[in-house]
Amino acid sequence: MNSIDIKPLLLVPVLALAMLPFVGSPSTWVTLTVAGLAMGMIIFIIASGLTLVFGLMDVLNFGHGLFIALGAFVATSVLGAMGDWTGSSELWRNLVAVLPAMLVAMAVAAAVGVAFERFIVRPVYGQHLKQILITMGGMIIGEELIKVIWGPLQIPLPLPEGMRGALYLGDAAVEKYRLIAVVVGLAVFAAQIWVLSRTKIGLLIRAGVQDREMVESLGYRIHRLFVGVFVVGSALAGLGGVMWGLYQQNVVPQMGHQVNVLIFIVIIIGGLGSTGGALIGALLVGLMANYTGFLAPKVALFSNIALMVAILLWRPQGVYPVANR
Amino acid sequence: MSSYHSKTGLFAPQPAKVAQVAHSHPVPLPPDVPVDALLRLEGVHTHIGAYHILHGVDLVVPRGQLTMLLGRNGAGKTTTLRTIMGLWQASQGRVVFNGQDITREHTPDIAGRNIAYVPENMGIFADLTVRENMLLAARQAKRANQMDEARLQWIFKLFPAVEKFWLHPAGKLSGGQKQMLAVSRAIVEPRDLLIFDEPSKGLAPVMINNMIDAFQQLKHSGTTILLVEQNINFAKRLGDTVAVMDDGRVVHAGSMQALAQDEALQRSLLGLAL
Repeated sequence: MNSIDIKPLLLVPVLALAMLPFVGSPSTWVTLTVAGLAMGMIIFIIASGLTLVFGLMDVLNFGHGLFIALGAFVATSVLGAMGDWTGSSELWRNLVAVLPAMLVAMAVAAAVGVAFERFIVRPVYGQHLKQILITMGGMIIGEELIKVIWGPLQIPLPLPEGMRGALYLGDAAVEKYRLIAVVVGLAVFAAQIWVLSRTKIGLLIRAGVQDREMVESLGYRIHRLFVGVFVVGSALAGLGGVMWGLYQQNVVPQMGHQVNVLIFIVIIIGGLGSTGGALIGALLVGLMANYTGFLAPKVALFSNIALMVAILLWRPQGVYPVANR
Repeated sequence: MSSYHSKTGLFAPQPAKVAQVAHSHPVPLPPDVPVDALLRLEGVHTHIGAYHILHGVDLVVPRGQLTMLLGRNGAGKTTTLRTIMGLWQASQGRVVFNGQDITREHTPDIAGRNIAYVPENMGIFADLTVRENMLLAARQAKRANQMDEARLQWIFKLFPAVEKFWLHPAGKLSGGQKQMLAVSRAIVEPRDLLIFDEPSKGLAPVMINNMIDAFQQLKHSGTTILLVEQNINFAKRLGDTVAVMDDGRVVHAGSMQALAQDEALQRSLLGLAL
């Protein structure tokens, strides 16, 4: 039977528990842990598409951050136009506003993803150096276009009224939005796992990540599959952008650059092409960022790079290496 | 630019653009070779990067027969199979299947002509279960319960390990079991042409006998098979026709029986006697 390697799964609770003595206060630790899990779930939403894009076609898309920024800026426009709904203190009215913002952001990111794949990625298949240069260039152009449309300044993206505030678990304050982020992240993960394990398209994606030549030899057009994964990955980055923007409560055109570093750390930790690995990597990165942000803010980014190095020393191909790669 | 970019992946060899390649003389086929060819290669040249591997291969695979492709290591057998499947593009010459020129077709289109291919490395998806591997090969089925049950039972009878490890990850199988799975995957649906690259490689004798039994049953069902093989006993027991390659060319074509009976020819072609 298919057995799951549980050692990487244990890393998340081990990291969390290991930090408890350093944080000291249990209530602060709960707050930081939930914040870390929420941040990790948002990063997972963004990174899950990118890891499959790399796994399927060896494409290094450094322009993935563009879709994050695009999703967030689209959300500012949609939510801005629904001020009556976001200003309500009733959660259901807030959700009615946030849901279309997410859907529109995903649709716009997907549409731009189609063009990005066709005109920027497709001409440089198999050429890693060119991929890095041209996708970064594509992201810079995209950011400039965002500045043309929305302006170069930071735009506030306040949380809808009903999503503000915190719930209390004993003395620990847990922000409502962070719980929502965890639920959305889990829903996206569950949907991905269902598609990957229960549908033939999912099987083809998993097989293509391992041996794309054999998938073609079985009669399937892997390139079409790749375009589909690229577009879905772009849409998920757009969704992640909305979530990240609401998490930060403001958006800037350069936000894609800021998140790009984190998502590449995540997919390397997880194992290139592994969805489950991306989840573990994202949770570890989210937790580490929050703990070190509290304990030693100056080493927050370094701590994630150190985490990646430590994981790679343990498992050089990432926590869930994909076979045949 | 090709729309099938996997062939231009980081680790994939790039076919060279060749302006003109000297065409080798085709090897005349003996008169006993039937003319009803399911697959025919005519003067096929293949370049991999700067290397010129196939130097004008002429090969006929008669319909309904099992054709053995023999030759020393490096003779060009695997390149021939990969060129047929479009995994490497022929730089010159023609590949004709069922009367249609497939030389410039992409791999999925060639496979879609009801051709199954098992590469030398078996192409098993290690992270997928045995069932999932089989389901991918069953193009008509969307779910495991839509696979042809009678055919599955026939496969289970030929290769019991496939049934035994049905829900196990394919990567956990032994080398021999993986080879069984690779062959099972190729025959999970009826195909017009089966192409195998050294299916007996690394197999225990008892497994080779199962494999021979499977190929004999496939032969009797009228399936056309092209088989690269180094195991000479395997070749002798199964082959109807044979083509021997050397230095990127077919240097001999004829019946397997005739080659098996001519020791001098075997020595000159293969450096050994069958």
